[in-house]
Amino acid sequence: MQFARKDLLGIRELSAGEIEYILNTATAFKEINRRPIKKVPTLRGKTVVHLFYEPSTRTRTSFDIAAKRLSADTFSIATATSSMVKGETFLDTLKNLEAMQADVFVIRHSASGAPQRLAGRTSAAVINAGDGMHEHPSQALLDMLTIRDHRGELAGLTVAIIGDIAHSRVARSNIWGLNKMGAQVVCCGPPTLIPADLEKMGVTVSYRLEEVIPHADVLMVLRLQRERQEQMLLPSLREYAIYYGIDTEKLKKARGDVLIMHPGPINRGVEISPEVADGPHSVILEQVTNGVAVRMALLYLLVQKERPSAELVI
Amino acid sequence: MNFILRSGRVIDPGQAFDRIADVLVLDGHIAEIRPNLEIGSDPLKDIREWDVIDKWVVPGLVDMHVHLREPGEEYKENIASGTRAAVAGGYTAVACMPNTRPVNDCAAVTHFILKRAAEKGVCRVLPVGAISKGLDGENLSEFGELREAGAVAVTDDGRPVMNSQLMRRALEYARIFDMVVMSHAEDLNLSHGGLMNEGLISTLTGLAGIPVSAEEVMVARDILLAELTHGRLHVAHVSTAGSVRLIREAKSRGLSVTAETAPHYFTLTDEALLGFDTHCKVNPPLRTLRDVQAIHAGLKDGTIDAIATDHAPHSVLEKDVEFDLAANGIIGLESALPLVLALVWEGILTPSEAIAKISTNPAHILGLSAGTLKRGSPADITVIDPHVRYRLDCETFQSKARNCPFHGRDMHGQALLTIVGGNIAFSRMTS
Repeated sequence: MQFARKDLLGIRELSAGEIEYILNTATAFKEINRRPIKKVPTLRGKTVVHLFYEPSTRTRTSFDIAAKRLSADTFSIATATSSMVKGETFLDTLKNLEAMQADVFVIRHSASGAPQRLAGRTSAAVINAGDGMHEHPSQALLDMLTIRDHRGELAGLTVAIIGDIAHSRVARSNIWGLNKMGAQVVCCGPPTLIPADLEKMGVTVSYRLEEVIPHADVLMVLRLQRERQEQMLLPSLREYAIYYGIDTEKLKKARGDVLIMHPGPINRGVEISPEVADGPHSVILEQVTNGVAVRMALLYLLVQKERPSAELVI
Repeated sequence: MNFILRSGRVIDPGQAFDRIADVLVLDGHIAEIRPNLEIGSDPLKDIREWDVIDKWVVPGLVDMHVHLREPGEEYKENIASGTRAAVAGGYTAVACMPNTRPVNDCAAVTHFILKRAAEKGVCRVLPVGAISKGLDGENLSEFGELREAGAVAVTDDGRPVMNSQLMRRALEYARIFDMVVMSHAEDLNLSHGGLMNEGLISTLTGLAGIPVSAEEVMVARDILLAELTHGRLHVAHVSTAGSVRLIREAKSRGLSVTAETAPHYFTLTDEALLGFDTHCKVNPPLRTLRDVQAIHAGLKDGTIDAIATDHAPHSVLEKDVEFDLAANGIIGLESALPLVLALVWEGILTPSEAIAKISTNPAHILGLSAGTLKRGSPADITVIDPHVRYRLDCETFQSKARNCPFHGRDMHGQALLTIVGGNIAFSRMTS
């Protein structure tokens, strides 16, 4: 199979076959990350630019490590969206960097659709590293890889996504991906944090966590932003933790082999208790490890399409 | 100029007239409409004749809701370019909203607009005054002074009147001058932060949603206030099925409520936002197929009296940006007529009903002498070619703006000749 896309903008547009191909490629790259010398020459001479218009530590670092392990040259440009009065700044920045022959842009932006807009205006590859509340495809891919590592395959599993679905690009990308791969998705959270017509995405919606936990193979816990309280979406973080926070007590009803996942950063004591986050069911740090392999795979696949003769040098 | 339009299909909804006839214009007024009109040769030697066989001859189109951006934002549009766009689209009169800089909340600004229109305009320009001073939503502007200066209605369009007491007083006070109060119906608390219609598509795009109730709560409130005050309420840019239902109910109780919608609300749905096209970002937002169908029904049964464009020009500075940052608005003057005609081709409206929505009814709501081909009326006439098929090309627009989601769309029907006060303001006639 050849990965023919110029960009990776979302999981929505991918086929199950493409997702499988990315996950298989990532699996092959995992071995590099365990070597004493974690570097291969695959992307030597290629330039990867990280354009981050929203604060991010984990995703940016993960992409940067991935690019460097493939021997690409990397640059990071981080700007707070608030300083952007006009959007041309963003487009102009991109055009300037393109004029310097950048090969890949990794874009994080607070506005939904920002990477899509720019992808159509550059011949370089664009990877969406999270846009607004829209998609975060590399996160969903590393989540699916982590589940697959433990369960062999995704088809037939029940994955519960818990918390602030409305504001979560991680949830949206996972819903697309898990559905395409044949898993059942249950979304659970307070009605104020469930987006309109969510069921039409092919998921089950529940407002009561105790109904969801016993049937789930995976509990994917989302970060709760503290500002949701000020937006009248929640009375308090305290009450949220009581009804939707995952703790050892609630976990007693779960399956014995349940996986606990979280895209980070964690609000310990709000959506997840420290005991669960660090407990035996947690695969949260494996997600982070897999993140590097998935991003190596994405960089490799998007650059390789320009050089069809290139061999996967590992 | 004196002329005769020969053998067109003359449609004048105000007179329930729809048949093949000749239209004679003398000294800027409509002199006669009759089949096979004979004109004596003696005193009227300079009568020009146009054969408009197979064409429609209708009262000049009236757009009761446009933004001309002058004064203050002339880089987006001005009175010269906006009125050129109007006549190219078949419009002979446009009512311009007061959210200019400065706001049209006093006679001086109204006078300025009318002066510029007289100097640079190519169609009639009808200023609409602000309900509140500086659109502050707190203090009534001087409706009497505005009326005497030439304002045809009042509105705070672009923003709602959130203060219910102010809306009540506006509807009451406007009664002195028999002015209609145009409502931009939006509850800002419910729409806060929203970028598009709330529903499946906003969930898929991750763009914050605006629920239909943000509009409907205010439509309901304003209907109740119109009932309380016996004022004249006009609901601008109706976009939801619920608003249609509320207005239909208000009319059935005999209240003085009228309403308009815009072509994008009966042509497009929120699915147009799937590609994050900022040209489809508009307030109120594009809704769902269910709402589009309800608006079709509302147009058909008369619940929605008028179709206005809400022509809202923006430059690339406001539109070629991330969706969150983009300004709301769609231009409409040069795309509206074929989109209205599409309702005719689809069998939703008769030709006469369609012309009523874009001429007779808006003229009536604003209390104008326009929108009719009655003998003695000023000769504001639009000749429509109902047969021509073409692909819409925004680059040919007279408007300065290009924020049009219909670029490249296949259209059927176009203005051929736009006559304002007996003068040719725009022509696509080859001879």
